[in-house]
Amino acid sequence: MTAREREYRVDYLARVEGEGALYIKLMGREVVDVKFRIFEPPRLFEALLVGRMYYDVPDITARICGICPIAYQMSSIHAFEKLFRVAIDPAVRSLRRLYYSGEWIESHMLHAFLLHAPDFLGYDDAVKMAKKHPEVVKNALKLKKLGNDIVALLGGREIHPVAACVGGFYRVPSKRVLAGMKERLVEGLEIAGRLLEWVADLDFPDFEQDYEFVALRHPDEYPMNEGRIVSNKGLDIAVEQYEDYFAEEQMPHSNALHSYIIGRGAYMVGPLSRINLNYDKLHDRTKEVLRAIGFKVPCRNPFKSIIARVAETHYAVEESLRIIDEYVEPPSPRVEPQVRAGRAHGCTEAPRGILYHRYDVDDEGRILSAKIVPPTAQNQKRIEEDLKALAPEIMRLPRSQAIWRFEQAVRNYDPCISCSVHFLKLEIEEE
Amino acid sequence: MARRPRIAVYKFASCDGCQLSILDLEDELLTITENFEIAYFLEASRAVVKGPYDIGLVEGSITTPHEAELIKEIRKNCKVLITIGACATAGGIQALRNWGRSAEFMKYVYPKPEYIEILDKSTPVSDHVPVDFELRGCPINKYQLLEVMSAYLAGRAPNIPNQSVCNECKLKGNVCIMVAKGIPCLGPVTHAGCGAICPAYGRGCYGCYGPRESPNSRPLMKRFIELGKPQEEAVMAFRLFNAWAPGFREVKAED
Repeated sequence: MTAREREYRVDYLARVEGEGALYIKLMGREVVDVKFRIFEPPRLFEALLVGRMYYDVPDITARICGICPIAYQMSSIHAFEKLFRVAIDPAVRSLRRLYYSGEWIESHMLHAFLLHAPDFLGYDDAVKMAKKHPEVVKNALKLKKLGNDIVALLGGREIHPVAACVGGFYRVPSKRVLAGMKERLVEGLEIAGRLLEWVADLDFPDFEQDYEFVALRHPDEYPMNEGRIVSNKGLDIAVEQYEDYFAEEQMPHSNALHSYIIGRGAYMVGPLSRINLNYDKLHDRTKEVLRAIGFKVPCRNPFKSIIARVAETHYAVEESLRIIDEYVEPPSPRVEPQVRAGRAHGCTEAPRGILYHRYDVDDEGRILSAKIVPPTAQNQKRIEEDLKALAPEIMRLPRSQAIWRFEQAVRNYDPCISCSVHFLKLEIEEE
Repeated sequence: MARRPRIAVYKFASCDGCQLSILDLEDELLTITENFEIAYFLEASRAVVKGPYDIGLVEGSITTPHEAELIKEIRKNCKVLITIGACATAGGIQALRNWGRSAEFMKYVYPKPEYIEILDKSTPVSDHVPVDFELRGCPINKYQLLEVMSAYLAGRAPNIPNQSVCNECKLKGNVCIMVAKGIPCLGPVTHAGCGAICPAYGRGCYGCYGPRESPNSRPLMKRFIELGKPQEEAVMAFRLFNAWAPGFREVKAED
């Protein structure tokens, strides 16, 4: 290495889901190489699905990710229901939003407070942070538990819940059981408001980029299960058109497949994209708190994604309250689908961003081909571009702080490496 | 105060769900950290305390040559090695490739499979090193994990019943869905631990805790056919998260 060359390496990135590493090389002030490496072993889900029956797909794909299993269940279920022309009861539709809200709450609280917040305050982890900020960590855990309990109430357990299926749910809760959650949700909303104020006061690096934000958009609601895929740069397509507008490429330096928008390049998915594109669909109380803390859209600072995550948690608690209040038990928890051959597309808003599924199915419901594009695969190119843009500034910091700041920039995206790896290239670097 | 036992948490090929169960013990988490030193748990902390460790919790199956080496190092570094979940204990859902040719599976997913070295089969940790205790489930039951940790502190054997899901249904007062409604259910051959969730939700058990001792799976597969499942699907019922576990692995289509 010459005097002008500098390398930053993190061999095993902590506080992310799965196994990843960072490599950044500078020549003078110029960034010559940035790699967000993924060395999580491949599990080959798309290949495992071929030959399976459609009804097994939600439970199999759930095992791609222990943090967001509902997202995998929902994207596949919606894909098949559309192909099989299943019309679900409005109450079942609402319960799916409640189910998804539970997952957003637990996933966002896990990331925002146990994985991401310690970066802003210089703690190795949330347990150490809890010594100085016990109320914050306790409240975040309380809210996380509330999210998990919503999932477990509907699905039997918090990780890989069992109730959702193509056509509806195996079992739905009674009005009385749901109403039992109300008191905790009211308290949860208040806690979420305080946590939102707390994260707004964190110290944010001054960093903005001209992102293309991509998220679902629905005419009537903040997007979860349905909508068109839109961006702040004019994209507005149906889910079925995804593969006409998005593609994956292999980078010469990294062997990693990166998603990009054809003709344009990197884009961002996740809470910051969703809130920038759907602010108008948030409920009133969430908007009130956001106004009070001075959060404005569009927000182009990725470090502030933690605010978006807590704001969405606030929204999800508010939405859960609405659903529980309006709930009327459906006449039947599910309808039996009429299986037919064809191509099924599904895209829903996982906690980390849009999750696209596509399947070809034969006339008995057997899977002929599968394609799954998780949010982290879509953000990967954008993460590397952020690291590139941040590097000249960060390299002024002492080495250990510089490395920490690079890690934090990756954690802005809440990368879920288990999700992305059935799809991303494993890089083996020889040195 | 005596030194707190040191715990290390490792991840191999898996979804993260089982180690996430530790963080899902929201009410107990801070108490756990008072009684144990979480010395290596990268999902939760940047700080790493060097080994050796008193307890190693391992999630995930062994799928690459690198992992096969790594697990041997880990074994040397942990006094007690406990596998958590179906991947570490039975090979996981990714063991479905054990019936096919891994090279073809790789080609299906990756445009340039030659960059990635994987083993021909996804196998449980116990195929590679001695394991002191196996905790079942996809995912594990977090309270069973808590029981294993409490038992360690008390110096006793963990109380993890080795029964079938049927026993849990009886305890819960569930009506048998296979007898009453003819819904195929893996409960009779599946290890207890989940609390019989699926039958309580009106669906058949899908065996995520793996085979119980001497499961006698073949007659159950035949019963599924009598209940109207095509043979192909009756066999597939055993080929999920614990497909490679002895007891489920042998179930195959018959003439």
